[in-house]
Amino acid sequence: MPNEKDQSIAPAEKPPAKDGKLRVIGVPRRRVDARAKVTGQTRFADDIFLPRMAHGKLLRSPHPHARIKRIDTSRALAHPGVYLVLTGRDLPIHYGILPVSEDEQALCLDRVRHVGDPIAAVIAREELTAFEALDLIDVDYEILATISDPEEALATPEPRIHDYGDQGNIHKRVALEFGNVDESFPQSDEVFEDIFFYQGSTHLPIEQHASVAIKDPDGKLTIWSSTQTPHYLHKALAKTLEIPPAHIRVIATPNGGGFGGKSDPFHHEIVVSKAALALDRPVKICLTREEVFYCHRGRHPVLMKFKTGVKKDGTITAMHLQTLIDGGAYGSYGVASTFYTGALQTTTYHIPRYKFQGCRTFTNKPPCGPKRGHGTVQPRFGQEVQLDKIAEKLKIDPAELRLRIVESPHTVTANYMRLATVNLSECIRRVVKSSGWNQKFRKLPEGRGIGLACSAYLTGAGLPIYWNKMPHSGVQLKLDRGGGVTIFCGATEIGQGSDDTLAAIVAEVLGVTTFDIRVYTGDTDLGPVDLGSYSSRVTLMAGNAAIQAAERAKEMLAEAVAQRLEVPKDRLRFQDNRVFDSAEPEKGVKFPEAVVLAESRFGTIGTVGSYTPPKSPALYKGGGVGPSPTYSYSAAVIEVEVHPATGWITVPKVWIAHDIGRALNPTLVRGQIEGGVYMGLGEALMEEQEFRRLPKKLSHVLVHKFPSMLEYKSPTSLDMPDVFTDLVEEPDPRGPFGAKEVGQGPLLPIMPAVANAVYDAIGVRIDEVPITPEKILKALAEKKAGRAPRFGPTCFPPVTWPESLRVPPPWEGGDGNAVNEPHLEPRQDRDKVLRS
Amino acid sequence: MALVPIESAKTSHIRMTLNGEQTDVSFASYKTLLEVLREDLGHTGTKHGCELGECGACAVLLDGQPVLSCLVLALECDRRNILTVEGMSVDGRLHPLQDAFADLGAAQCGYCTPAILVTAKALLDENPHPNRDQIRQALSGNLCRCTGYLQIFEAVEAAVLKIAAQEHRAR
Repeated sequence: MPNEKDQSIAPAEKPPAKDGKLRVIGVPRRRVDARAKVTGQTRFADDIFLPRMAHGKLLRSPHPHARIKRIDTSRALAHPGVYLVLTGRDLPIHYGILPVSEDEQALCLDRVRHVGDPIAAVIAREELTAFEALDLIDVDYEILATISDPEEALATPEPRIHDYGDQGNIHKRVALEFGNVDESFPQSDEVFEDIFFYQGSTHLPIEQHASVAIKDPDGKLTIWSSTQTPHYLHKALAKTLEIPPAHIRVIATPNGGGFGGKSDPFHHEIVVSKAALALDRPVKICLTREEVFYCHRGRHPVLMKFKTGVKKDGTITAMHLQTLIDGGAYGSYGVASTFYTGALQTTTYHIPRYKFQGCRTFTNKPPCGPKRGHGTVQPRFGQEVQLDKIAEKLKIDPAELRLRIVESPHTVTANYMRLATVNLSECIRRVVKSSGWNQKFRKLPEGRGIGLACSAYLTGAGLPIYWNKMPHSGVQLKLDRGGGVTIFCGATEIGQGSDDTLAAIVAEVLGVTTFDIRVYTGDTDLGPVDLGSYSSRVTLMAGNAAIQAAERAKEMLAEAVAQRLEVPKDRLRFQDNRVFDSAEPEKGVKFPEAVVLAESRFGTIGTVGSYTPPKSPALYKGGGVGPSPTYSYSAAVIEVEVHPATGWITVPKVWIAHDIGRALNPTLVRGQIEGGVYMGLGEALMEEQEFRRLPKKLSHVLVHKFPSMLEYKSPTSLDMPDVFTDLVEEPDPRGPFGAKEVGQGPLLPIMPAVANAVYDAIGVRIDEVPITPEKILKALAEKKAGRAPRFGPTCFPPVTWPESLRVPPPWEGGDGNAVNEPHLEPRQDRDKVLRS
Repeated sequence: MALVPIESAKTSHIRMTLNGEQTDVSFASYKTLLEVLREDLGHTGTKHGCELGECGACAVLLDGQPVLSCLVLALECDRRNILTVEGMSVDGRLHPLQDAFADLGAAQCGYCTPAILVTAKALLDENPHPNRDQIRQALSGNLCRCTGYLQIFEAVEAAVLKIAAQEHRAR
């Protein structure tokens, strides 16, 4: 049913498709899995109840850093109703999402590194019995010194949290230089230096992680799990359980929210599998909310220093960015996160010379990883707030300044990110107009303000997590003689609507409705590999694979129908569940008959499609993080009201424009944008994954400040402002039907836009996220005392940086390789790669 | 002190009206309504996000009023009337709220949806024409991490119009 309520979306011009008007794509529509969701029939992992099912619970460390001297499980094992107790000895093999940091064990064998690190597991008839028996496991710990933040990590090389990494407690340092920035700064009219801090936050999906595993009747393993990455879980299970992947089936159940938090292989997934195999009965583990907080993998806390040179007209001459990253106790996605803090600065505005230095440290806290916007959110905040300061100093309107420096489409940036369509300028113009920017900026009464910020985000990571040359996504299509179409794909439905996207694309190509299609996804037995629901990759990659599979099926049907109707194949149109002659529309066959004709001629109709991203021109070491087939762009204007006495901030309205290429289902697109705005406001104003030390006389332990949904504040229905959403649609040649991502990008401009609006409202800079009333009051006090009207970090600690890899930008004769490292690719590829 | 294993706990029995049907159930006495619905009665439509009364994902209607089923002992529900998402559709047709939620993008991951639907139903049963602020207020105990709530508000408003139109036709 068409969505008549979607009036806040501006109508977009859609170029006509080859065979006429699009029937499914671009039409606001009920998603294919909506009925299941509104009737409570969507089966999440914890909704699975199997006969004879046992329940597991993990014993987690109460200490942030300790050696495990002894574990005695005998009392737990003797407890009535307990079936099995596992410890690190049962699962000693290391694993981790990135091959360069396989530093986790399903159950810690000899050392725990953060509160919540799992040590043992109890499997019992009842969940509460397993809980009870955890208290009966006796563990002797030798307490070790702890590290609470990156500055401590830099100052404390020993004892090391891990015996790998760059040095001491530094996990990873990177240094990349694209042109000599030190030469450019003196030639600039102004050089700005600003330090920002972005506090960590967590995903807070409403669904707690859960997994159910069984030993199949034939002895193989099946696991249902709330995972965003069934393929990577598949690999981790094969490694840790030492079973061939062919004997493991991973079924990603629909996730009750992911946001990046279910992208790592988790302890409980490995434990539940081991237990099911050992007991030969189904086993379930569902994490408590407190455990979810301690599993984390969320936003890294990042300290940032931006040095930016500009000309009087606002043109950027050079940028030098340093990031110091609090990684928590394990690697997780951290090496990628580190590169991401420096990868996308160049994708919004033209920066002719760019230097990036990033350092991730280990600390004794739950590991950080990917959260919506992965690693790019924190530096985007700093960059966009600094740009606001630059605009003020240069006396240029912030919107006008940005319009002057927006990067060109179809270009290669200083750090060799190849851009496709770039409609950031149009996004800026739209929000300036819709928000009434020109009537409001610096013109609203004291206490009210308006701020603007922009961003870009990947439409899928250009490289897989482990090195290989295979496709990133595959789709199989089966057409049956009844006219049914079935899609098989490894893509994972996490609420974003990937099942609907696949169905819509296939329906459009074959001229049927989405209701004629069945979608089987997230199952490693049934569908070809899709790498997972991360990096905003599914619409573009699985979508392009689906187009290829559908076009191949269409070709077979067209061949057979053309023969029957005796019309040229290229005159056939697939539309309204018919295949007909476009010159004589009444001459045609119904879709099921077309399948029968094709099956009669070619045999069983099954096709495949796959997608591999284009080769990136970034050939230097580290250039694998950041490239994408294309980037989405967003601009947001936010209005705030700040109470001068309490510092309380309210947000009455948000205007956002998003360069999406094409909206496949505008209802879902708007939902993703509003959801991104919502989550961004949470990060901007209240969300904090923060830790504190218990008093020394107690234990000096580092614990989560508030591991509960009541105290970890997130916006409620009362806090959410109205949002005006505007879609900028220029179909991108790389996207399926021109689509680019929308799941992550619209979050990015929110936090800096709030900070810029606060400055417009009360004239103080909060160079830190979240922007809380306490910080506002402190900054106002500074202002009143005649000091710098600001709250934020004042220094960036000294880091011993490695020698930078020097990669001359394309306009300085560079070829994508570093001049001071061995060439990874032959140089003669340069022109081809830059042009392709 | 020796631990008394939970396995030795006595079971209890209650009779309640669940989604319009008389329902008898035996269960371990310590169980919450949430656990009995999901584990003993197979009604998994009702979800949980914290089991501490913080997220609102487990809301059901108890004698027409929204309650957090993770904070209600099943023992308290003897001879009482429970409505869960499974009981919202009538004669195989979706409730107008369900239709509107499906059409207007109000369910993304769908995990908070069942609780929001029954909470919205309680609102409309009491106040058939709520304004936006009243809808915000009624749903303020239900956290949703996906939607940003706006499409939920719009879906409730669309359902209000649809119910009014249905009632007008029925008159």
